[in-house]
Amino acid sequence: MQRIIKNDQLVDETWHLLPKEQTLDDLCNSDDLIVPLHLWLDHAHALKARDGGLGVWLDADEQVEEIADDLAHFQVIALNFPSFTDGRHYSSARLLRERYGYKGEIRAIGDVLRDQLFYMRRCGFDAFAVRADRDPLDALQGLKDFSVTYQAAADDARPLFRRRQG
Amino acid sequence: MYVYDQYDQHIIEDRVRQFRDQTRRFLAGELADEEFRPLRLQNGLYIQRYAPMLRVAVPYGLLSSTQLRKLAQIARHYDKGYAHISTRTNVQFNWPDLEDVPEILAELATVQMHAIQTSGNCIRNTTTDQFAGVAKDELIDPRPWCEIIRQWSTFHPEFAFLPRKFKIAVNGAASDRAAIEVHDIGLEAVNNAAGELGFRVSVGGGLGRTPIVGSYINEFLPWQHLLSYLDAILRVYNRYGRRDNKFKARIKILVKALTPEVFAERVNAEWAHLKDGPTTLTEAEVERVGKFFVDPDYKALQDQDAALAQLDAEHPGFARWRQRNVVAHKKPGYAAVTLSLKSTGVAPGDVTDKQLDAIAELADRYSFGEVRNSHEQNMILADVEQARLFELWHELRELGLATPNIGLLTDIICCPGGDFCSLANAKSIPIAEAIQRRFDDLDYLFDLGNIDLNISGCMNACGHHHVGHIGILGVDKKGAEFYQVSLGGSSGRNASLGQILGPSFAQDAMPDVIEKIITVYVERRTEDEQFLDTFRRIGIEPFKERVYAANH
Ligand code: HEM
Ligand code: SF4
Repeated sequence: MQRIIKNDQLVDETWHLLPKEQTLDDLCNSDDLIVPLHLWLDHAHALKARDGGLGVWLDADEQVEEIADDLAHFQVIALNFPSFTDGRHYSSARLLRERYGYKGEIRAIGDVLRDQLFYMRRCGFDAFAVRADRDPLDALQGLKDFSVTYQAAADDARPLFRRRQG
Repeated sequence: MYVYDQYDQHIIEDRVRQFRDQTRRFLAGELADEEFRPLRLQNGLYIQRYAPMLRVAVPYGLLSSTQLRKLAQIARHYDKGYAHISTRTNVQFNWPDLEDVPEILAELATVQMHAIQTSGNCIRNTTTDQFAGVAKDELIDPRPWCEIIRQWSTFHPEFAFLPRKFKIAVNGAASDRAAIEVHDIGLEAVNNAAGELGFRVSVGGGLGRTPIVGSYINEFLPWQHLLSYLDAILRVYNRYGRRDNKFKARIKILVKALTPEVFAERVNAEWAHLKDGPTTLTEAEVERVGKFFVDPDYKALQDQDAALAQLDAEHPGFARWRQRNVVAHKKPGYAAVTLSLKSTGVAPGDVTDKQLDAIAELADRYSFGEVRNSHEQNMILADVEQARLFELWHELRELGLATPNIGLLTDIICCPGGDFCSLANAKSIPIAEAIQRRFDDLDYLFDLGNIDLNISGCMNACGHHHVGHIGILGVDKKGAEFYQVSLGGSSGRNASLGQILGPSFAQDAMPDVIEKIITVYVERRTEDEQFLDTFRRIGIEPFKERVYAANH
């Protein structure tokens, strides 16, 4: 079973991440599912009626504005990094937390590597499905890269100049 | 200058630790090449033609003598005894070993220096006027604002993986010596009718393959909102800038595609959410940073016009140097001195470890222990007593740093080109040298006056060829090195991009070509008319006719 980082710890993965081509047919009623955006947009009603947990995932070119009014329905929002150098979802995560007040899990999926985790967490990610060929235990170290930060972000609304002492 | 406190110091030490471990993992095979690449780039580490190149950040060009000595030591110990001042006022080492880089960064951290975000698709070093704080035509000292931007941009978590690199420049003076209109964001300090301070904001300028002069999208941004507005611009760019084609990924392409008006609307819509939030700058913070840039202990002095004129009369060499390399200072009795790194036979911007040490010492003795780098790839002692200029001139001559050519044809901006850079189409340093050798008559050069000649070895435009009054671009013509010439570029206020003269030339033809261009200028200029003005008046045709005439 894959292990993911959640709230700075390794936990067993219990969610099923459904591929983009997924249709509504043969969805299991009780599993915890993370569905692709189009499935949600097309079948919100049916998905809400299921018993299992519900999450949605956005690809790098999909906008959080599309789900901004639906956030209450998701326990998980997963944001996909097709490549770790594609930084669009750093903005998405901040918008979800800071503008839309989303309190559930924001999970980084895709090309998720140790050296980006610190930035990701600052932007509001609290779960990381580290790329399958990498050791998530090693990746945990990445969360400790820096002990001081300058900017306001999702993890602290105050920039350093409002925190600085002495 | 700004002095780190415990917070700033922690951050760069954390970075050293992080990069040391990244390098270790790379060397151990735990990090693939393409995974390490963006990480090392964000630490200024390129792999170029022969060896890695390490670009060390010199925020807004300002250096202390202690930092200079450290750079000298690194040049000696880890490199081949020299360093290079870049066109973005940074310092580059061309020959370090990858394995040594963590140690070099640790050394730099002991003098509050680093290589953070000097490369890669992130917010780069913020640049400004080399005469900041001492210029006579200054509205405000831009350096505190540059430092505020430095802190905001350092490890900004949201903008570490932008579509492309991002450069910000700030100008606080009447003339624009910071070339703000060819930056991704240019900020110009302005006062509104009520006398309050704000910034005029240009976006989408840049050189590279698609040179564009920026568009002003905000005529008055009150200073309190500087950072939230920058956040808004960067967020719009991060989300909507193109990522499918790296040649179309700069913000200038987005601004052009949307039009500046629509881009401005998007920024304003985003900013509406951020404005007045916690990132709003406080007076206390601006004051805290500002107090690092207050005037040094200037003496109450008088201007020395008569005494200097006397020395000029006795020493024509001094007179020449003073005319080109010394500029007026806001304080009576002081002057700012540019040390020319453009002596013939030395690659433009190169400086040896011995020179660096010597410059550090001169800085201590003549200029409150500080030095600046200029984007023209020279160095500046900004606070020299006029009464000591003559003495300083002697010392600089000994060091080979008194070539009286600032702003002249031989003060060439030049990228490393084919001698170092793996992207080059052609060499650039030998072209610079050939032109310097051809124009070795100082009287003639003086007579020609201000001419910016800029050379890039390929269309990435590291040598700013588009904004040279004369620009030279290395091109590849069936595997041979050729050079395309453009005229009429300018990076000052009302920046303009050069127009291409015509078909390109072989390397050995270049000095003749430049000479013909200069001859047209000399023949056609009106009294006191500078090259750029003559060009703007008569257009490109007369130059074209002369240069290509012989070929028919
Ligand atoms: C030797 C290794 C170097 C490499 C591989 C390199 C590569 C590049 C590339 C690819 C670009 C274009 C990026 C773009 O337009 O998006 C660029 C731009 C630039 N480079 Fe370099 N460069 C090198 C060295 C230098 C040096 C030594 C300097 C300073 C003397 C320099 C100054 C610049 C500047 C100022 C630009 C910006 C042009 C603009 O505004 O778009 N580069 N470089
Ligand atoms: S302009 Fe081209 S040749 Fe010159 S340094 Fe930049 S990338 Fe290299």
